[in-house]
Amino acid sequence: MHIIVCIKQVPNTTDVRIDPVKNTLIREGVESVINPFDTYAIEEAVLLKERFGGKVTVVTMGPPQAESALKEAISLGCDEAILVSDRKFAGSDTWATSYTLACSIKKIGTFDLILCGKQASDGDTAQVGPGISTHLDIPQVTYVKKVEDISGNKAKVERMTEEGYDVIETPLPCLMTVVKEINTPRLPSLKGMMKAKSAKITKWTADDIKCDPKSIGLDGSPTRVVKIFTPPPRKGGEVLKGDAGEIASRVAGLLKDIVI
Amino acid sequence: MSSGSIKVILEKCTGCTLCTRVCPFGAIQMADKKAVIDLAKCTLCGACVDSCKFQAIILEKGASVKKDLSAYKDVWVFCEQKKGVIQTISFELLGEGKKLVGKLGGKLCAVILGSGIGGKADELASRGADKVYMVDAPALASYQDDPYTNVLVDLVKEYKPEVLLCGATTIGRSLISRVAVRVNAGLTADCTGLDIDTKERLLLQTRPAFGGNIMATIITPNHRPQMSTVRHKVMKEAEVDRSRKAEVVKKTYGEDLLRSRTKLLDIVEEIEETVNLAEADIIVSGGRGLANPDNFSVVRDLAKVLGAAVGASRSAVDANWIPYSHQVGQTGKTVCPKLYIACGISGQIQHLIGMQSSKVIVAINKDPDAPIFKVATYGIVGDIFEVVPALTKEFSKILKK
Repeated sequence: MHIIVCIKQVPNTTDVRIDPVKNTLIREGVESVINPFDTYAIEEAVLLKERFGGKVTVVTMGPPQAESALKEAISLGCDEAILVSDRKFAGSDTWATSYTLACSIKKIGTFDLILCGKQASDGDTAQVGPGISTHLDIPQVTYVKKVEDISGNKAKVERMTEEGYDVIETPLPCLMTVVKEINTPRLPSLKGMMKAKSAKITKWTADDIKCDPKSIGLDGSPTRVVKIFTPPPRKGGEVLKGDAGEIASRVAGLLKDIVI
Repeated sequence: MSSGSIKVILEKCTGCTLCTRVCPFGAIQMADKKAVIDLAKCTLCGACVDSCKFQAIILEKGASVKKDLSAYKDVWVFCEQKKGVIQTISFELLGEGKKLVGKLGGKLCAVILGSGIGGKADELASRGADKVYMVDAPALASYQDDPYTNVLVDLVKEYKPEVLLCGATTIGRSLISRVAVRVNAGLTADCTGLDIDTKERLLLQTRPAFGGNIMATIITPNHRPQMSTVRHKVMKEAEVDRSRKAEVVKKTYGEDLLRSRTKLLDIVEEIEETVNLAEADIIVSGGRGLANPDNFSVVRDLAKVLGAAVGASRSAVDANWIPYSHQVGQTGKTVCPKLYIACGISGQIQHLIGMQSSKVIVAINKDPDAPIFKVATYGIVGDIFEVVPALTKEFSKILKK
């Protein structure tokens, strides 16, 4: 079985702080990490490889420094890694990004399954996974929380919903986006780290993936960001200490209009 | 069309470093007291251009040929139904859609797909729809990506809406992303604010990014429809007016468009409370301070009295005290209820990201330095096992339960 995992390198949100005076993001010293949701996609791919055999190819579109995310993915058990990087991709929105990744996947060749995290922690759109499956015209299952079984070119999975989950059968090849509940990602093994160190990362540019130049980067992006601003940070309000009963009575009174 | 480009005019740059601080992508560094933009990190968002007091940064977004978009009219709302029940997010979108129609002109149209939904047109009319596009077929009873995408794409191509809104729900986010690719439209996810530039007839879509640490306003200048998914509980529900009537357009589709490659085998409901987190007006959440799973009962008791949904922090979920579907925060759900009560939750940034846009936040924690107090409207320093039951008692009195 050939599984392709799409990942994104993002700033580590735990490190993101706001400058209290200027009310802007402090970016200095913010480490880049694999998008947390993508770590579950990587782990699931490696688990499925262990269960059914095959190989895992990890792919990312991003700046040259995203190579470190791919190396980390190899240390976690992925076999091959591809960095799709070109200045021509700058300004891509989710439409252009999913198109670019779909073109890259076509170049990779045959596959059985594409796994993505349900969304990236910086943009939070959840649009790129479904975008890729649409560009490739393959079925998709989003928000997968469990892969029950794969057999005879079919997968049976559980898809998380607001109320619980749906049990879905999908033909392969297909694309799945996964949620945190699906597994617990392993830490890199010593062997994996050694492998990552010497791993050769394949690098592709826009010319390599045979994409339509009008459909990539800013030109291929229907949306435009016209303004970016930092909302005023939420201010802490009143702090209450003392007798639990008295405080409860007071707070309940203050919230009366909301709860009735 | 030419690609966009950005450059610093060195003669004008004074080295003030303002731009380095506003760049959301950390793409600007100073070198020899001049700003240098790292094009590998830059996304051409233009935040630096606005920040520069000396007009030293020039952004060219590419000259695009203006297309004739006049064939597109009306504001559409995709109205989600589950088991024939229209989801409340749809009423929120109809409420917002009405405001947009007020500025754009045209009609407010509801789109509903399902099976045996003939009676739903009146309900949608009473919530403000002027027109209802209805596709009623057994294959559409429950959401499946393929037939829903095919049908919505066909409707959009035939009737050409100017704006299409959809809830940022599990279904909405899966469906509308596919539709946007198929009709080559711009899509903005998870909007918390919508407005209209009446001169250019542009939908101004404002959304949080970086977990709400920054906000971005996004437009779609040259593609139609202008599509957005909208967060739960941000927009006000449309009022009910039962005297309103809507024009109903019923469409039927053939087997080829209604076929699904995936097969829905079962729908399992497992949420332990009846209230859905995303749609809840009030959420009571528990964290590590509860110390063990049995103590979650103090949270549940309060939630029950308030008719609230039960949430949890990541550490409570990771400890297997409560299923993941209850997790609020970065790797769980983002919520914005009217009232969020955090019991024994310290307030790690990952949790705050998921709930800090709640209208009123009450936090109960024994540690006066807990970060949760920095966002709490009312912070109660105390023992959750005393304060939470006391709150339950007081609210029961108020609500006479």
